[in-house]
Amino acid sequence: MAEWASGMTVRVKTYAPPGHVRTPTYLRGKTGTIERVLGPFPNPEALAYGVPAPALPLLRVHFPMSEVWGADTENPDDTLEAEIYAHWLEKADD
Amino acid sequence: MHHDHHNHHHDGMSPSGHPYRPDSDTSLSYWQTMEIAIRELLIAKGVTTPSEIAAQIDAMDSRSPANGAAVVARAWTDPDFAERLAQDAGAAATEMGFDIGPMKLIAVMNTPQVHNVVVCTLCSCYPRNLLGLPPDWYKSRAYRSRTVREPRKVLAEFGVTLPDDMQVRVHDSTADMRYIVIPDRPAGTENLSEADLAALVTRDSMIGTGLPRTPAA
Repeated sequence: MAEWASGMTVRVKTYAPPGHVRTPTYLRGKTGTIERVLGPFPNPEALAYGVPAPALPLLRVHFPMSEVWGADTENPDDTLEAEIYAHWLEKADD
Repeated sequence: MHHDHHNHHHDGMSPSGHPYRPDSDTSLSYWQTMEIAIRELLIAKGVTTPSEIAAQIDAMDSRSPANGAAVVARAWTDPDFAERLAQDAGAAATEMGFDIGPMKLIAVMNTPQVHNVVVCTLCSCYPRNLLGLPPDWYKSRAYRSRTVREPRKVLAEFGVTLPDDMQVRVHDSTADMRYIVIPDRPAGTENLSEADLAALVTRDSMIGTGLPRTPAA
C-alpha cells in the first residue's frame, strides 16, 4: 500500500520551525483527509536556501471549516483545501 | 474661491490636476543591482540578447484573463474537454495551445451546489499564464487572511452572496499547484458561440470572487 493515498486521515504537525516554511500556521494541529496525492516535488523549505532539496510527496488535504475554526466558523459545511508537504503530516487514526 | 482650471497649477499637480509622480532618484537596491549585473553578463556572454529579453517581457505582459476565459468557454461547450480539464488541467490548457510553462494547474469546477474560491495565504501564487498578473487585492493581507476565515463575508463584499445550502470550498494555494475556478455556465446561454461565451467569463469568476456575466437582455 502506498505511504499516502487519497481518503487517508492525516493531522498537520505542530512544529514551529524558523525560516521559510510553507505550512500555514492556522492549519497546524488540524485533522483532515487527503484529497489527492501530488508530486513528488523538491522540498521548498530547502530550495529556499539553495541547499539540496529532496523530492517529497505533496498532499492536498481537505478540512471541514468547523475543524479549522471551531464553533464560530461561518458555515460548518464549507471546506478548505491546502497543499501540505509529507514531512508536515502524520497519519491520524480515526 | 474661484477655481481656475486652465492657468493656475496647484503645487505638485500637473495641468490636468493629477499629482506628479516623484522621480525615483534613490540608489539601486542590492537586488536591483544584482538583476542588472546578471542581465548584462548574460548578454555579454551571448546567452541571450536584449531583443529576446524584451520579447519575453512582452509575452509575459500580454497574458490576460482572456486565456482563462477561452478555457472556460471550451469546458462549457465540450463535455469531453471539461472532463480532461478536471483530470489534468495543465494538459487540457496545453491542448488548447496555451503555454503554461512549468506551472502545475488544477481546475476546480463550480456546480449549482458548490462554489470554489482561490487564495494564497502565504504569498500571492496565481495562475499567471492563464490569467495574467494578479489584481492588487489578491496580494493584500486582508484578502489573504480573511478568505480562509470568513469566505462568505469576503464574497459578499465582492457582490457574491451565496445561499446557505451552497457549499463554499476555499483553496489555499500553499505550494506547487495553481488553481483556476471553472464557473458554472450561466442560464440562458444555450445558443451562444464559444467566443460569445468567453466574453461572459470575468477574471474574478475564475478566482472565485465573482460570477460570469449573464448575456445582455
